[in-house]
Amino acid sequence: MSVLVNGDSKIIVQGITGEAGMFHTKNALAYGTKMVAGVTPGKGGQVTADGTPVFDTVVEAKKATGATVSVIYVPAAFAADAICEAVDAGLDLVVTITEGIPVADMAFVRNFMQGSKTRLIGPNCPGIITPVTDQKGCKIGIMPAYIHKPGKIGVVSRSGTLTYEAVWQLTSVGLGQSTCIGIGGDPIKGMDFIDCLELFENDRQTEGIIMIGEIGGSAEEEACDYIKALVKKPVVGFIAGATAPPGKRMGHAGAIISGGKGTAKDKKAAMAKAGVHVCDTPSVLGITMKQVLKK
Amino acid sequence: MNIHEYQAKEVLARYGVPVPKGIPVDTPDQAAKAFADLGGGLAVVKAQIHAGGRGKAGGVKLVRTKEEARAIAEGLIGRVLVTPQTGPEGRVVKKLYVTQGAEIAREMYLAVAMDRNARAPVVIAAAEGGVDIEDLAHNKPAALLRVPVHPVKGVQPFQVRRICFHLGLKGEQLKSGAAVINGLLRAFLDTDASLAEINPLIVTKDGNVLALDAKLSFDDNALFRHKDLAAYRDLNEEDPKEVEAKKFDLNYIALSGNIGCMVNGAGLAMATMDVIQQKGGMPANFLDVGGGANKTQVTNAFKILLSDQNVKGILVNIFGGIMKCDTIAEGVIAAARETKMSVPLVVRLEGTNVDLGRKMLQESGLNLQTATSLDEAAEKIVKAAGAQR
Repeated sequence: MSVLVNGDSKIIVQGITGEAGMFHTKNALAYGTKMVAGVTPGKGGQVTADGTPVFDTVVEAKKATGATVSVIYVPAAFAADAICEAVDAGLDLVVTITEGIPVADMAFVRNFMQGSKTRLIGPNCPGIITPVTDQKGCKIGIMPAYIHKPGKIGVVSRSGTLTYEAVWQLTSVGLGQSTCIGIGGDPIKGMDFIDCLELFENDRQTEGIIMIGEIGGSAEEEACDYIKALVKKPVVGFIAGATAPPGKRMGHAGAIISGGKGTAKDKKAAMAKAGVHVCDTPSVLGITMKQVLKK
Repeated sequence: MNIHEYQAKEVLARYGVPVPKGIPVDTPDQAAKAFADLGGGLAVVKAQIHAGGRGKAGGVKLVRTKEEARAIAEGLIGRVLVTPQTGPEGRVVKKLYVTQGAEIAREMYLAVAMDRNARAPVVIAAAEGGVDIEDLAHNKPAALLRVPVHPVKGVQPFQVRRICFHLGLKGEQLKSGAAVINGLLRAFLDTDASLAEINPLIVTKDGNVLALDAKLSFDDNALFRHKDLAAYRDLNEEDPKEVEAKKFDLNYIALSGNIGCMVNGAGLAMATMDVIQQKGGMPANFLDVGGGANKTQVTNAFKILLSDQNVKGILVNIFGGIMKCDTIAEGVIAAARETKMSVPLVVRLEGTNVDLGRKMLQESGLNLQTATSLDEAAEKIVKAAGAQR
């Protein structure tokens, strides 16, 4: 098994006719992902070079294809509206890759989502991938496909390229991945660590979890309380930003130390307290997991 | 984006927040004239820099005569102010704000900030102001009232009343306090602010409520829909290398070390800084070239790194996802040639088209070292940069 998505998941691409949408749809199809439809308002009726039908609205695309997931490559200024459209259409999962969405828009989106069954991943994230098994893979996002290998470790991370680091190491040491979820670097977003930890804990394929956090906010600390109480599987962790100067926004809108809160030191301490195997460098995530599983 | 106090007060005044009359000035003569234009009497000369703690650093002075205003202005313009928020290098004062003085009966604190846990704006209020709010939060957390505001429906009258009572406002002041709270919130929401702060908000001796200081920061991601606010940007307050980087959509933050870093992805960029320090080095910057950088961006990123005189070595650490390794290699080679780079260079590439990228680097004839892991790369560059001294 895997979490959230598998080789049978049918996916709609919002913003399919844009450069990013087009490029990543092609790669996803090549990986065996069922990208069944695209949505670009005003371009309904067209068919992309890959043969994917384009619809004007998410509702139409869902009705025609039975898709349950959407991925969003819509530009930041229109992305919040695109998420709301997908939520309104009643999809199970919406993965938002778009970077640079205003925080106020995300506050609106989260409010709009109240009471809906839709789960949101992102924004400002690499997406989610369940590596190929039996020619069926599910790659929803911008991660390089070839670094992944089906296996038993769940990965959840606030950072895109650090996820790739962990994934590549897991592949190299032979453990592979069940599902990898990039939750994104924005302060107001969809699924957080706890939501993903819960899924991995309950997934039979997953035997261990890698959790990659960074400075800013308190999601890691809250996740550690959750781990302590409810996660039995081993967790290996890393926190980026130990040497970041306070008050500076380190690339991600959510990565800022304010008022002495949200430091890497506090987060690492919380991890250690919760029994997480904390790494001081991301270079040893894979090997640490291997050692932990041997015990 | 941060703006100056005088600009923040200009914005808040438009939303009905009462502020003392004031005039921004650039010279001592203008300061003297501003003093007179404000009607004489008591005035305050305030250094305009994008950092708090100006008062304690000597950047805020009371003046009672035209001559005094001129003399204080002379002493402040061109002076480097060091406050807890500027870092040890401080900021050069280039602009002053001359405002009418006020007779203070009581100081309070009022702010609106975007709260990630509440996923909504939160009003923060305290009946004591003029203090370091982070100290107050630490030492007397109960003194701070936090009221989350509905992100769609806005603040409710009962919430406004609760904040006013917490601030200790009475009688007629309740009305003016409510106007300040509503105005501050409207300004916050309309401008996509990340922080709107009045510290101190005061009650004057004649019972009026007045914003004596003001601070506004905006969400950079929302600036595209606020063209009017972009005019408030003061490039003097920003590191020239950071300004240059923004032109090419690069995320650059200057730091004080000597190892220039070029990395893709914010998390990996932070982790690279961390590992450099673990290996005994100090990063000269944070630089995230982003997911989809092209050759021009990589070349310009390199030029910005090399424009920092402190840089004694460069570490390129790229895990290519959207960004292909051959693109990075092409940019690195072009930039190294164009800038006639003379400092050591360590490149660690992984990801899409990695073999092609590594081959291009090896065949470039450039003097560089390669590494396969972040730890190895950091170790190599720290050693090479150390040998440069």
